Amino acid sequence: MVDTLVIPLLKIVIVLNATLVAVTYMVLLERKVIAWAQSRLGPMRVGPYGILQPVADAVKLMIKEDITPVRADKWVFTAAPIISMVPALIVYAVIPFGPKITLFGRQVSLYITDINVGLLYIVSVASVGVYGIILAGYASNSKFPLLASLRASAQLISYEVAVTLTLVSVILMAGTLSMVGIVDAQYNQHVWYVIAQPVAFVLVLIGGLAETNRAPFDLPEAEQELTGGFHTEYSGMRFALFFLAEYANMIVVSSVVTTLFLGGWLPPFPNTPALHFLYAIPSWIWFFLKSFFFLYVFIWVRATLPRYRYDQLMRLGWKVLIPLAILNLVVTGIVKVMLM
Amino acid sequence: MVPLNYYLVLSAMLFAIGTAGVFVRRNLITILLSIEIMLNAVNLTFVAFGRALGSADGQIIVFFVMTVAAAEAAVGLAIVIGLFRHRESLNPDSWTALKW
Amino acid sequence: MAPETLAFYAFGAVAVVASLLVIAQRNPIYSVLLLIASFGALSGLYVLLDAPFVAVIQIIVYAGAIMVLFLFVVMLLNAPHEETEYDERVHPLLRPGPMRFGALLALVLAGELSWALTRSGDSGRFPAGAVASVRAIGRSLFTDYAFPFEVTSILILVAMVGAVLLARREGRG
Repeated sequence: MVDTLVIPLLKIVIVLNATLVAVTYMVLLERKVIAWAQSRLGPMRVGPYGILQPVADAVKLMIKEDITPVRADKWVFTAAPIISMVPALIVYAVIPFGPKITLFGRQVSLYITDINVGLLYIVSVASVGVYGIILAGYASNSKFPLLASLRASAQLISYEVAVTLTLVSVILMAGTLSMVGIVDAQYNQHVWYVIAQPVAFVLVLIGGLAETNRAPFDLPEAEQELTGGFHTEYSGMRFALFFLAEYANMIVVSSVVTTLFLGGWLPPFPNTPALHFLYAIPSWIWFFLKSFFFLYVFIWVRATLPRYRYDQLMRLGWKVLIPLAILNLVVTGIVKVMLM
Repeated sequence: MVPLNYYLVLSAMLFAIGTAGVFVRRNLITILLSIEIMLNAVNLTFVAFGRALGSADGQIIVFFVMTVAAAEAAVGLAIVIGLFRHRESLNPDSWTALKW
Repeated sequence: MAPETLAFYAFGAVAVVASLLVIAQRNPIYSVLLLIASFGALSGLYVLLDAPFVAVIQIIVYAGAIMVLFLFVVMLLNAPHEETEYDERVHPLLRPGPMRFGALLALVLAGELSWALTRSGDSGRFPAGAVASVRAIGRSLFTDYAFPFEVTSILILVAMVGAVLLARREGRG
């Protein structure tokens, strides 16, 4: 009873709450980092160094008026933010934050579940996330959201192909679809896949930026041309849900890249006896450090790179990333067969 | 475990719904959607039988059915767009020029 | 009732009700969304049938690709309703054709289903174990079914070329 019901439920509650807190603080982090990149201070008024800014933001968004446009499709308009938020959260079910550990004399795994199609599960859930954006654009019954949602769906579908093809080469390396299995494979093969699969790493990182609609691929919400894109007509808590979903997706991409390419919870060079003192730091801290690094990269990229033009974006996706992904897959297959 | 028959009955119901959709509706898109329902009903049967026989073949056939469904949707929708450009209508009764 | 049986009924009910609403719905956007819900329920049934691979592929291929295509086309054509005045006035399921023949067919179907349910009884239990793993599916796909697999790739190619050709605007070469 305790093992099958209480502990999993407890883990779900912890992960969901931790995610929501992390997401709100991601917003602050982003504002701060971009401010520093531009020689500003960023939010400083609420609390010391602005650390209570997320609380203020949350209160503001919750008490704001919730507007539904008159000619909007009410049901779809309400459902769209939910549809974009839920996939961003249920992905965490298969992300391993650490191995099995002993806690209060009981074996506890630091992941909610380990299914044998874990990576495919993540891909499938990510593919459902597109609907939030498409439906928001359709239901708003307004020009800019519709344009944005058409752009977004074309972009997401193109980059999904590239990312999924790239993931296949990682699966080929690990010989398993389970997320825990992939980390174990990196331990057993004595190499992080960022070294064994550098091309795949770069492709997944670029694809991840595009999948989360982050700069330089943030065309669906390009403020300057689409006045906010697919969430133009949204206000209050519904807008907040879109906002949270974007940041939750960033955390998901960071965690997935960490798991697939940086050995998840493993310390650097896990098999080198000279570096075994690194195991003194708990596994989940390693995981968070690595994920945090990628979150920082996301913000860093946004502060550095200008936005792509739409035709450039599609050309990059179809003419560069997908052929590279296929080439990488073929080379991985050949090398794997030759080493066998 | 739920017996195999339950799955077969469920799949028969879904297939019947899909068939009804093809016969009843006068909207090309809904007709295509009904065909998808029928294909899925058949998929469910395949997976259920595959599980009952303990073989992977059922799931592999589903894989092929999905490929065909994807191809069918792509071509079907392209045809729908082409037809819509001619008559500004999605009603299949608009295209009866070959009837006489 | 065992949790698995409960899950079967829940998923089955969602699948049937959503599919029914798909064909009883006038706005194609809602039809597409309801069909996605139905596919989600089917995916749950596949999990109950120990076929997680098919369940996940179902979501990726159907919900993630095919239905997006449908949604795209519906939005592009922007013709949410069936056109003629008669169509606007009478619900699709209440027109003379469906009312006469549909009722007959529904009776036949109901009869068949009840016959099947009463006759079959409790037979057709699933064997314990004997579950096809992802590894087994892959091995089978690339050995026993290698030829059909390659043929589907040609099918996809043909469909791709055909879709591009059909959807192309005329008079531009």
